[in-house]
Amino acid sequence: MDPPLTVIVDGEPVPGLAGQTIAGLLLAQGRVAWRVTARRGTPRGLFCGIGVCFDCLVTVNGLRDVRACQRRAVDGDIVETQDERND
Amino acid sequence: MGRTDLRDAEVIIVGAGIVGAALARALALAEARVTVLDRGASAGGTSAAGEGNLLVSDKGPGPELDLAVLSRRLWQRLAEELPAELGPRFPALEFEAKGGLVVATAPAGADTLLSFAAGQRAAGMDARPIDRAEAAALEPDLTPDREATVYYPEDAQLQPVAATEALLASARRHGARVRQGVTVLGGIRARDALSGVETTAGELRADHVIIAAGPWSADVAETFGVTLPVRPRRGTVLVTTRMPRRIRHKVYDGDYVDAVGSGAATLRTSAVVESTAAGTVLIGSSRERRGFDERIEPAVLAELAGKAIRLFPFLAEAAVLRAYGGFRPFVPDHLPVIGPDPRLSGLWHATGHEGAGIGLSVGTAELVRDLMTGAEPAVAATPFAVDRASLRPYGKGIA
Repeated sequence: MDPPLTVIVDGEPVPGLAGQTIAGLLLAQGRVAWRVTARRGTPRGLFCGIGVCFDCLVTVNGLRDVRACQRRAVDGDIVETQDERND
Repeated sequence: MGRTDLRDAEVIIVGAGIVGAALARALALAEARVTVLDRGASAGGTSAAGEGNLLVSDKGPGPELDLAVLSRRLWQRLAEELPAELGPRFPALEFEAKGGLVVATAPAGADTLLSFAAGQRAAGMDARPIDRAEAAALEPDLTPDREATVYYPEDAQLQPVAATEALLASARRHGARVRQGVTVLGGIRARDALSGVETTAGELRADHVIIAAGPWSADVAETFGVTLPVRPRRGTVLVTTRMPRRIRHKVYDGDYVDAVGSGAATLRTSAVVESTAAGTVLIGSSRERRGFDERIEPAVLAELAGKAIRLFPFLAEAAVLRAYGGFRPFVPDHLPVIGPDPRLSGLWHATGHEGAGIGLSVGTAELVRDLMTGAEPAVAATPFAVDRASLRPYGKGIA
């Protein structure tokens, strides 16, 4: 069994397992959308899952536009979802 | 000079990039019967692989600057006329008269930049050296490590694919035909003049044939039996993810002018950084002569990124979304080739604009139209002639 970890997503602790990507961890919570587009305000989540489409972007530890599908979750990561209508 | 009416003259334009599109519109408005042929898709080559530059800042006094100033004035008008003609459902041209900033980060570069700008001012250009506080007000995130900054209010930008399609759509409304997927195989001659072209879709009659095939123009010219010293020069652009706008102008380092003017085949890079209407940041530019080799190389991207970060340190944390490359039509003496070919009556050229074709396209089209009708052109045509002295070493039968 992979060791458990906790990341903070928009201020709430979310459990995960070592080795999971941030996208995997969010999907395991039943979340399929976590970004909001700038122009039309429509929801986005995992689309390609292989780092190509840049739909699943989140802010991790203050750095924006991190691909959630490519980023392994690390215990204590601060993840913020991006509502780009505010950009 | 006598005026020639183009009414019902058959004109074939080879290449549906921005130069071909601008020609199609200008000549259709002059009531010629225009057919644009492209072996691929419209706006599918060089026009889709640049940054949409409408630059005057990188040009020293001379014929190219004259053409750039004319074109800049025409774009200002087209940016209103085309959307008004094509309606709100047509994609926006994203024309922005945003102005440019050229930055020298080293003392030696500062002298070169300031004397270049002084020469431009003497030629009537608006090239304003600005102090640190003024530069910081225009671009708050610009590196503080700078020795000189020159502001060019006339630099502008647009979305080159949308602009090409808008020119083609307008040309169609005035009767032009655009045929994609048709390759020109050669010319048909009647006595000593061109009377048409042979294509993969059969023979087409023409009074005039204009080669506007960008970096592929030499290959097309060869099918007509003439040499043309236009070669591909590779350029690469990095694209960041969308971000809140922090770069307001077209900002580039002083090395750019030098790289543009260089004829070197080896890799030259200089930072050219700008935001787009979509919110991405485009980071150019590289120039390298390596034929039609399409590979995108990490070493080139790393050099571009490094130089961009020198101008805007915050970009160090930006995420790169993608990179793209394209081929610019390079001419050894750095001037486009525009006008009739004296070696074959009926054959014309409108190519060789290297990285400036988006901007120069509309002025080029007016120049060709005026030469065809016998009207007085707004800029001198002889510096762009295919048989000019500076191209003599590069082709058989050139002058």
